[in-house]
Amino acid sequence: MAGKVIVITSGKGGVGKTTATANIGTALAEIGKKVCLIDADIGLRNLDVVLGLENRIVYDIVDVVEGNCRLEQALIKDKRNNNLVLLPAAQTRDKTAVSPEQMKELTNDLKEDMDYVLVDSPAGIEQGFQNSIAGADDAIILTTPEVSAVRDADRIIGLLEAEGVNDPEVIINRIRMDMVDRGDMMNIEDMIEILAINLLGVVPDDESIVVSTNRGEPIVLSDGVKASQAFNNIAHRITGKDIPIMDLRKDSVMTKLKKIFGLG
Amino acid sequence: MGIKEEENKSKDIAKERLQFVLVHDRINLSPEEMKNLRAEMLEVLKKYVDVDDQNVKMELDKKEDIMALVANFPINNSS
Repeated sequence: MAGKVIVITSGKGGVGKTTATANIGTALAEIGKKVCLIDADIGLRNLDVVLGLENRIVYDIVDVVEGNCRLEQALIKDKRNNNLVLLPAAQTRDKTAVSPEQMKELTNDLKEDMDYVLVDSPAGIEQGFQNSIAGADDAIILTTPEVSAVRDADRIIGLLEAEGVNDPEVIINRIRMDMVDRGDMMNIEDMIEILAINLLGVVPDDESIVVSTNRGEPIVLSDGVKASQAFNNIAHRITGKDIPIMDLRKDSVMTKLKKIFGLG
Repeated sequence: MGIKEEENKSKDIAKERLQFVLVHDRINLSPEEMKNLRAEMLEVLKKYVDVDDQNVKMELDKKEDIMALVANFPINNSS
């Protein structure tokens, strides 16, 4: 099949990489694509809990690399969608347990059977990051509208280019349009101008993300939530569809009603 | 922080600070080193031409994918 390996990375921690990986992966699977998510944050496993799959883990990425099990044995099927599988990180090991060469081999094997292999990168620029980009065909950079996150995103763009992962695209996460309107938060144009890369999507700050993570159910499975629509749009753009950036300001009651009746 | 403080919007401050810090991140040069570079270049140029050192401009520019150090050393009109 020869799918695509896409790394989701940011440099700075806490900008929402794991949530984005879970949601984009789920959205792609809902479209009917075969997707494997890899948690590359060895020692700090998290993608499993965001997806609500923490009780199903038997083997992990280090077991595969060390030959304790076959690759298929370590892949955990999502409980909601058959198209989605997760390769969990090891929790009791550290980043050096996997080498960039092993990671490349692993992603190459996986993309034979998948449309998309999404790699959730750890924060930082050390070995965990190097591992996560080793087999990547493309990169998605996640940032928030904060000085520190944008600065780190810029650094990551440079590092990706140095490693031959060209033309990364950016997702701006947790934007608050009320603050943008007040002039207290950088807007989309400001950030694109500074980073000088393509915009893949914008996700509004939304408390329902916290609720969905509490439940272990990706937000893309809920209807009528802006953040959910934003992640769905991103998934469609990844498949090559041309979808404009949605209006991020709060819905009026009328639009909400229209959406409920499928007219929006 | 008032809504009407037009020229003091915190997002503009954020943007300006970011642009400044990124220039130095991108070429791995501290503001101090940048100052020294400018002084040394001026010194070399002055050996050969009469540079107007009050109006020297030096900045980093990113055009498409290429970073460029753009310097402008105006020469005093001696004729």
